[in-house]
Amino acid sequence: MRAVDAVLECLKAEGVDVVFGYPGGANIPTYDALYDSGIRHILVRHEAGGGHAAEGYAKATGKVGVAFGTSGPGATNLVTPIMDAMMDSVPVVFITGQVRTDLLGTDGFQEADVIGITMPAVKHSIMIQHPNEIPRALHEAFHIARTGRPGPVVLDIPTDLSKADIDYVPITDVRLPGYQPTTEGNVKQIRQAAKALAAARRPVIYAGGGVILGNASEELVAFCRADRFPVTTTLNGLGGFPAPDPQWLGMLGMHGTRTANYAMDEADLICCIGARFDDRITGKLSEFAPRAKFIHIDVDPAEISKNVPAHIPIVGDCKGILAKLKAEYDELGADPARLSDWWQRIEGWQGKHPLAYEDSHDEEIKPQRLIEAVYEATGGDAIITTDVGQHQMWAAQYYHYKFPRQWISSGGLGTMGFGLPAAMGAAIGCPEKTVVCITGDGSIQMNAQEFATCAQEGIPVKVIISNNGYLGMVRQWQELFWDKRYSSVDMGEFPDFVKLADAYGCTGVRLTNKGTLVDDLKAAIATPGPVVVDVRVTREENTYPMIVPGEAARDMVG
Amino acid sequence: MGEPGVKEVLSLEDLEAAGSVKSGRKHILSILVENKPGVLTRVTSLFARRGFNIDTLSVGPTDDDHISRITITLDGANHPIDQVTKQLHKLVNVLKIRDLEPTGAVSRELAMFKVAADGAQRAEVMQLCEIFRAKVIDVTKRSIVVEVTGTVDKIEAFERNVRPFGLIEMMRTGEIAIARGRGET
Repeated sequence: MRAVDAVLECLKAEGVDVVFGYPGGANIPTYDALYDSGIRHILVRHEAGGGHAAEGYAKATGKVGVAFGTSGPGATNLVTPIMDAMMDSVPVVFITGQVRTDLLGTDGFQEADVIGITMPAVKHSIMIQHPNEIPRALHEAFHIARTGRPGPVVLDIPTDLSKADIDYVPITDVRLPGYQPTTEGNVKQIRQAAKALAAARRPVIYAGGGVILGNASEELVAFCRADRFPVTTTLNGLGGFPAPDPQWLGMLGMHGTRTANYAMDEADLICCIGARFDDRITGKLSEFAPRAKFIHIDVDPAEISKNVPAHIPIVGDCKGILAKLKAEYDELGADPARLSDWWQRIEGWQGKHPLAYEDSHDEEIKPQRLIEAVYEATGGDAIITTDVGQHQMWAAQYYHYKFPRQWISSGGLGTMGFGLPAAMGAAIGCPEKTVVCITGDGSIQMNAQEFATCAQEGIPVKVIISNNGYLGMVRQWQELFWDKRYSSVDMGEFPDFVKLADAYGCTGVRLTNKGTLVDDLKAAIATPGPVVVDVRVTREENTYPMIVPGEAARDMVG
Repeated sequence: MGEPGVKEVLSLEDLEAAGSVKSGRKHILSILVENKPGVLTRVTSLFARRGFNIDTLSVGPTDDDHISRITITLDGANHPIDQVTKQLHKLVNVLKIRDLEPTGAVSRELAMFKVAADGAQRAEVMQLCEIFRAKVIDVTKRSIVVEVTGTVDKIEAFERNVRPFGLIEMMRTGEIAIARGRGET
């Protein structure tokens, strides 16, 4: 069998039903094998679109996403999705073509050292040296991508090796002596954590994307209900705890709620689950949660005490750990009344600083109002993908996420251009769901070519553009910290998104009526096929509240 | 029913944070890796990316063809060593890492010195070599090449002593270390 046919056999054995990619000289053999393999292929219009679509698919389904690209520019176009998947721990296998082995190192046509270029951006990468290695390498790639802390794996296959004949024997076991992620949490540590929680007077549960990746949302909710623990999540953790809820404080961090950030500031014990104390969470690190002791649960031991020293570290899979933690906690019989004062303080903040904005007094549509309208129009049930910037923060604040994998966004890397392809991947992975991409007029143009993919493949994503004609988040920073010197952020009214949608074969509509916004959105979302909704919103609106970069969380502004 | 509240009392005050501590001493990391192309790059690029400074690095085969050993020394005053080892452990090709205690290991480094050694000076240099048990491995009219093996301290002492004679060139391999006693490193 040709090695490429074995590649496809391995993909099937791994349960892959769809691949996102783009062919080119060096991976024609792979596409030849794909031709009658029975695996669906989505021909994207740019490799970056394919990579982000594979991420969206993986984030929405929990399965490993797969993206193909050719050598050289095909592979370098995948670098952003690879890094994005690394930062947000998304399981994706990237398979790139490479020039013939006799051309390697000669600066051959479309040659790029993909393994070298991507080395700091991958969980692991494998350069195929011999065609017989291909099946094992493929299964190893999937195993590494999906287990432990998930992440991107790159497999680079020289074109001559992919055409070679091999004896294909299905691989059923993958053993990697240097890769044995810890899954079971240490029982003693779990017991210690339970005792600390029972002793705490001002506890906060701080959950992150790890809860979603570890399919531990149910366990998180059950654990939080074991007492009246206040819960906040990171951007990537949205949907891990159903919102709204009496125990829900809202998102924390730079554009999180004041309540969540104040609670972290005054907490005596913070239980971090699958999060990593990123700078957008902590604000000024030396003044972060000064009174707190930390329980840190994470599958990646390197995250423990990386930014904030942990008092009770627990390494392992959070699903199992949370179930055991709840059981241990229940046995202690802690008195919920001890949290009354704490809740009184929290409710004080909630009453004084609710997440709010001042609505316009005329016909102008405020961007926050747009997100609320999307929430109403979708009944809160849609999968939401976003791009990056102000619209992303408003989408995080004003849409309430009630189930895991409902929120799909580029958190760590902050990749503009992520939203549309990610929505494509999510829509293909979850055909029964409404998938809405909330984006901005800047971000959408970074991968707008994928409208063609949506139209051709009939992928029914609903793209809602919060259009303020600005690179809004940069403009906001220039307004607040750079004397309103709006350098290179005005994008004007270009392009005409309705005409653009039309040209690509999608339905385009422009909504301007504030009074009928919800109904108009409902109608747009109900329109079959891909729909692009252009909504002109207030030009200069700021995302608040905000932790000023480099300042303490307690000094939030806005 | 007993008193409401926690059966086993734990005081949050007593909890102590672990990790991220800078030891302040020199560390020798002995790292077993798979003998595959690109593995050294993965290790060194990780050091570069995370901002860890390598003092010395040496790589060589082990008694097993499939496995190589990388020995890295670094300063524990600048880096939390547990972060370094934990990040290294995440590399799939890294099999084992041992952070050797200076007292629990024997370490050696090899150095070669090219020293100006004309006429009268030559005898003095040779005498110095004898004191340090250094070997002369090449001689020309105006210079000699000396091989010194030993601890880092010894090599540095030799360097200080030989420099006044006219040190033309020096090369050092970086340290390797092996655990004391019967157990494997």
